[in-house]
Amino acid sequence: MSELMGLKAKLGLDVFKHDKEPHIKIKPGMEKDARLKKAVLVCPAGLYSENAAGEVELTIDGCLECGTCRIACGTEVLEWNYPNSGCGVQFRFG
Amino acid sequence: MEKDFDVIVVGGGLSGLAAAYTMADAGMEVLVLERGDYSGAKNVTGGRLYVNPVREMFPDLWKKAPLERFIAHEEVSIMDQDRSITMRYDGNELAQEPYQSYSVLRGKFDKNFAKVTERKGVSMVTKSRVDDLIIENGKVEGVMAGEDALTANIVIACDGVLSLLAEKAGLRKPGLDKDHAVGFKEIIELDRTVLEDRFNLEGDEGAARLYMGEVTRGKFGGGFLYTNKESISLGIVVGIKDLMEEPLVQAPDLLDAFKQRPEVARLIKGGQTSEYSAHVIPEGGLHSMGKLYGEGILIAGDAAGFSMNIGVTVRGMEYAMATGYYAAQAAIKAKEAGSYNAATLAVYEKLLSESFVMKDFQSFKEAPHALDNPRFFNRYPQLAGDIMRDLYAVPNGPKERIYPTMMKYIKFNEMFAFLKDFWGVRKI
Repeated sequence: MSELMGLKAKLGLDVFKHDKEPHIKIKPGMEKDARLKKAVLVCPAGLYSENAAGEVELTIDGCLECGTCRIACGTEVLEWNYPNSGCGVQFRFG
Repeated sequence: MEKDFDVIVVGGGLSGLAAAYTMADAGMEVLVLERGDYSGAKNVTGGRLYVNPVREMFPDLWKKAPLERFIAHEEVSIMDQDRSITMRYDGNELAQEPYQSYSVLRGKFDKNFAKVTERKGVSMVTKSRVDDLIIENGKVEGVMAGEDALTANIVIACDGVLSLLAEKAGLRKPGLDKDHAVGFKEIIELDRTVLEDRFNLEGDEGAARLYMGEVTRGKFGGGFLYTNKESISLGIVVGIKDLMEEPLVQAPDLLDAFKQRPEVARLIKGGQTSEYSAHVIPEGGLHSMGKLYGEGILIAGDAAGFSMNIGVTVRGMEYAMATGYYAAQAAIKAKEAGSYNAATLAVYEKLLSESFVMKDFQSFKEAPHALDNPRFFNRYPQLAGDIMRDLYAVPNGPKERIYPTMMKYIKFNEMFAFLKDFWGVRKI
């Protein structure tokens, strides 16, 4: 149904090709940086979350490669690249 | 040293394909590198292409282009919490050829554009991520894609809104939150006859609907709906800076709330979501653009920031196609001159400044600033709703006079803010 479905289910509709390594990484030591916490709000795929220790964690599966986190958080806290050739999301409609 | 190609185009989206198409027609040897499985695989649109400015640039493209529906019904709604006010624009004027805009799906449109371009003799390599530029003595001489070093006289970077290549070339810095929005949308499949009945569409007619106000919780942006042949593109665009400020809300929740609005829920009822996508949109306009060219390199499309939001029209794709076209013209001239330095490639900026592209960006250079006003997305939708309610309300008892009723919502000290806001809009 188009009526409410969870984000996971929504992302499950998309075609993803698995990459051998995550294409976006939180830079070591930056997990608690305030800039990173913005990603929890802005990521359209909801891939960032804050754990009990106040560290931001990133799950790369389901990344839509939209670029919002790079714009919101900046390159000082994120090591940001596109997935390897032929990997990542493949939009059928877009 | 002999180069592998005249030009390497990085990115097989609209600007890259437009550039390759144009250069192939001029007999140049062109390689397009696309990181997705096919052109369009990594691209997202809200949903609408305005054809008029680019129709004649690509004569071979339109005949079989998989356009979805021509937009014959325009609507804009101001949404407050429990109500909305809608303005509709349609009639024969919009339903006459040549149609000015079409709903599109990039997965189909770009794939077909790539096919047309490839037939012209362009070498297309998909599943190829460009990792770096080859720079010698300050001039771009080619690209590194994985282990492969590929050389060309010119590289045209059409690598999208983040343009990592323009950064590597020193032509721009990473984008700022205030200059970018994020769009995210669902494709909701719906039986064709149901869709046509629901939106009052005749044949290939389509509808476009924009929503502002509560849909983004008063943040800069809005909701959109476009009808495709057998689906609806439904989504939200919201400024990234605004999204990080109060009231705090997670981006995906905005779309879910939008879908639950009764005005929208009944339009998508029974539909089947088949894809969820998202993309950053450059909206900073002229003031936020980096350099458009350098030694041996040109930047086109979103990579150069060519996208514009002036309220009811939000445009990016035709600027992408046109800037690709003009970048190609610059490359053609450079080849004729046998010179690929920045001084020669500067002709790109000249061509753009004489075209609708830079004229538009000049005309609307103050638009981002004028529209970046929380009252437009917050206070005015509420005010308009209050006024509508009182105009239409018939109470149990005497009805108040209309003018005083309206005026009671507008506090004296707010009048100055109003005047200032609408004075600001003059600049658009």
